[in-house]
Amino acid sequence: MQTALFIIFGLAAIAGALNLLFQRHPINSALSLVVVMMSLAVLYWTLGAEFLAAAQVIVYAGAVMVLFVFVVMLLNAGEEERTSGSRIAYIAGIPGAAAIFALLCFVFLKNKVALGNTQLGGDLSNIVSNITDISHTLFTSLLLPFEATSILILIAILGAVVLARKEL
Amino acid sequence: MTHLNTFEIFLLLTVLKIVVVLVITLTAVAYTVLLERKVLGRMQNRWGPSRVGPFGLLQPLADGIKLFLKEDMMPLAVERPLFVLAPIIALGCALISIAVVPFGQQTLYHGVDLFQISDINIGLLVILGVTSIGVYGIALSGWSSNNKYSLFGSLRATAQVISYELALGLSLVGVVLRAGSLSLRDIVNSQSHHGMLSWNFFGGFQIVGFFIYLMAAYAETNRSPFDLPEAESELVAGYHTEYSSMKFAMFFMAEYANMITVACVATLLFFGGVFAHGIIHAVLPIFWFVFKILMFLLLYIWVRATLPRFRYDQLMSFGWKFLLPVAMVNILATALVLAFRG
Repeated sequence: MQTALFIIFGLAAIAGALNLLFQRHPINSALSLVVVMMSLAVLYWTLGAEFLAAAQVIVYAGAVMVLFVFVVMLLNAGEEERTSGSRIAYIAGIPGAAAIFALLCFVFLKNKVALGNTQLGGDLSNIVSNITDISHTLFTSLLLPFEATSILILIAILGAVVLARKEL
Repeated sequence: MTHLNTFEIFLLLTVLKIVVVLVITLTAVAYTVLLERKVLGRMQNRWGPSRVGPFGLLQPLADGIKLFLKEDMMPLAVERPLFVLAPIIALGCALISIAVVPFGQQTLYHGVDLFQISDINIGLLVILGVTSIGVYGIALSGWSSNNKYSLFGSLRATAQVISYELALGLSLVGVVLRAGSLSLRDIVNSQSHHGMLSWNFFGGFQIVGFFIYLMAAYAETNRSPFDLPEAESELVAGYHTEYSSMKFAMFFMAEYANMITVACVATLLFFGGVFAHGIIHAVLPIFWFVFKILMFLLLYIWVRATLPRFRYDQLMSFGWKFLLPVAMVNILATALVLAFRG
């Protein structure tokens, strides 16, 4: 069951990502990105990270991408024109992507024992809830990065307000 | 059922539950429309629909047949795939969130709960997530219609829903803190000990949270007094101006299904779900659940008959400058009380 879900939504994520690149209209690309994010949310869920899945849906698919779509609608952006693209991207793009993929695979496989692994669907039963664990970790050992991130976001919001204000 | 294994029983019962809940919800949607027309009529000193069947009770059926038989117009300039997809998203999201609502006390039959389609340990987040996806239906319908009034309607709706979603989410945190869980079943059970007194609305002192939730939810469902996205005096009909026949009906059903979901969530989180006071509770818990939902629907209609529409800048400043800070203060106060109580 979990393997089937993994295959279906993994393929959906890849198809969405490819569609994002090939579509010429910004709103279709944005919607493909929504598909990618929803598929990722399902993958998180099958791995037992249900809070992460919900956060992915609420924050990324439900808020960030809605704002993307909103801006595209507001500016009434038309279809993009195809250009030949930059030469550097052609030369460095595919090897670079392959190198990063290989590096990530190497790191994850090397630290397999330290990272631990989870069975697909191992924690899907309703008895276990990892929200308490997440909040405990966030507010004890990861308190400094957590607060620093929130302050960074606050600064970003203030910056946006300053930029958006016309009279200053 | 002895010749079926556990998985087959689970599958059959789940499909059965889904079908039953969908049929009941869609019927309830149809009759909520009738209720609204009747009650609004009486509040405005007229009769409302009264010709089709006794007391107009067959009116929803007639409306349904009418909408179904109408020609499905496809305007020339629309963005076709998205134009078709938008009502499906709207109605789909409106109906999905009902899947996590517990309609009665847990009653296990072969390990399957009969009164809830699925008991997810993050049920509340699932409802919030599905609601936030539902915005796409409105946003895309306005954009793909290629009509300035539709676009205005959907821009208004999107901005409004994004703004009020924050206050909506924050208003529920107090309840989650009290229950210590995001599962709707646990939240309901946490209000079951002393009858009405343990409801979050009374004993839980979440009355502020409740009113914030109510106002934010009215804005989320685009209902009066926050019905700017379909302000008929300025925008024709808002985001669904270009829709006809069943596609229009899907938006219509989505709106009323969302109202029912909001009523369900308010009942579960603030009014003890299926639990009522002592003796009352002994008679048919589901009856009390439905009764509470009906009260919320009546409140929706009453508000619509009473309040004028907001102006757009008032709407935004109300959401950001009043509801959001009050919701944060509510969280802080609840957390402090819980921390001091230990």
